[in-house]
Amino acid sequence: MNVTLRDHRLDDPAQSHLGFIDCDVHPYFRTPADFDPFLSERWREHRRTIGGRSRQGLAKTSLYPRMSPGNGMRGDAWPKDGGPPGSDLGLMREQLLDLFDVRYGLLAPLVGGAAAERNVEFGAAMAVAVNEWQCAAFCDPEPRLKASIQITLEHEASALAEIERRAGDGRFAQVNIPPRGLEPLGRHRYRKILAAAAAAGFPISLHLGGTSGHASTGGGWASFYHEEHPSYVQSMQTLVTSLVCEGVFDEIPDLKVVLVEGGFAWLPALAWRLDKHWKRLRDEVPALKRAPSEYIREHIWVTTQPIEEPERPADMLSTIEWIGPERVMFSTDYPHWDQDDPRYAFKVRLPEDWARMIYRENARALYRLD
Amino acid sequence: MARHVVAAVGEIPPGGRKLVTIRGREIGVFNLDGEFYALVNRCPHQGAALCTGVVVSRLEASLPGEYRLSQPGTMLRCPWHCWEFDIRTGQSWCDPNDIKARTYAVTVEPGEALAKGPFAAETVGVAVEHDYVVLTL
Ligand code: FES
Repeated sequence: MNVTLRDHRLDDPAQSHLGFIDCDVHPYFRTPADFDPFLSERWREHRRTIGGRSRQGLAKTSLYPRMSPGNGMRGDAWPKDGGPPGSDLGLMREQLLDLFDVRYGLLAPLVGGAAAERNVEFGAAMAVAVNEWQCAAFCDPEPRLKASIQITLEHEASALAEIERRAGDGRFAQVNIPPRGLEPLGRHRYRKILAAAAAAGFPISLHLGGTSGHASTGGGWASFYHEEHPSYVQSMQTLVTSLVCEGVFDEIPDLKVVLVEGGFAWLPALAWRLDKHWKRLRDEVPALKRAPSEYIREHIWVTTQPIEEPERPADMLSTIEWIGPERVMFSTDYPHWDQDDPRYAFKVRLPEDWARMIYRENARALYRLD
Repeated sequence: MARHVVAAVGEIPPGGRKLVTIRGREIGVFNLDGEFYALVNRCPHQGAALCTGVVVSRLEASLPGEYRLSQPGTMLRCPWHCWEFDIRTGQSWCDPNDIKARTYAVTVEPGEALAKGPFAAETVGVAVEHDYVVLTL
């Protein structure tokens, strides 16, 4: 469809982005040896001599390797010292934190391989190491950055211990679980971990990615990255559906879930569909006390990047209205290639109160910042 | 409108580019097979430094499997979200009628003619025996 009314970039960008809270910032290591100080000799040696083994064929890259150098990095984010984008705090400050006077940045470390590690004891050790490394390399020198707790979902005892260890530590904001896993997150065997996170006051962030060991789409392997990219949405939908249908939100009323980088325009449609089927199939899920859409509206937050760009820019407003402007939080995804610039990401002017909520207040309340 | 000498011709080889700042505006000057073009260093999508992106061919396929590389070295790919722009016209690949990068008129002129002025020299010194790339803005 072609529509003539097109406003590709607001010429007079609102200043409401200044001092925003960025809900998706990616820190990287310079070399994998950066984790060594936080590993025991047993696992240091393991890392050096055996290394990570994930649930996919390609052990050292993502399920569908990205097209640009560095596996999908913003072209101008390479530090001069030759390290990978996201590894240089100085450049991160220059291109993101200081440039926009970012109030807080929520780190989403996609490193270390803890979550998908098949040797779960090594995974557990790597999770602890990545958590320590986030603090040492980023959050301690730059308190605006908040760490996300890495855990190994398939090693319950270590996951519970790690959540407990970080509870009350203001440097950590949430527990990070990749949406692609061995089983949907609502399954009973993950319940204790979700409950522990909620009890410790940590939201769960589902940042796209992870490796299930299965094809990334529900219908087989993708040929193109263009095909792979939207398939992340499927894993988000699966997890939202699983958490709702398994009654997790009734069992853990304090559980808060953030969908990071999975898009969001699909969420109202999923809620409609779940509501429709709930009316017909509720006997199967008698634990659900309310319509699925109500659990979603109450327990699910979304981050904006990669932002939807509807052909009629104003459609963004009704989309946000359906999700609830109090559940949408701005994110850049720095330093990835598809990151969003807070000045120009929205092609439609947001109502002032929505802008305040989306750029700052929702994240501040959710993560209890300040 | 003023004319600005932005480079000596030999300074930007075919396939090369030079970033200049004219009246506060960052502009990329490109040499495509001996022809010079200039584009604003600002992507119309979200404002990335467009002229620092890689230059690629135009890749077309009439049917799956029938690929054709046309116009080698004419498309500029944004370093952020990879939108591509025709260096010669500023037209975007994704929406050529509606989305364009701003272009500027450039000519090649002999130093001899330029020596008579008027032009704004910026940082390029003019010698009568050389040719220069002149941008009008
Ligand atoms: S800023 Fe250039 S493609 Fe997005």
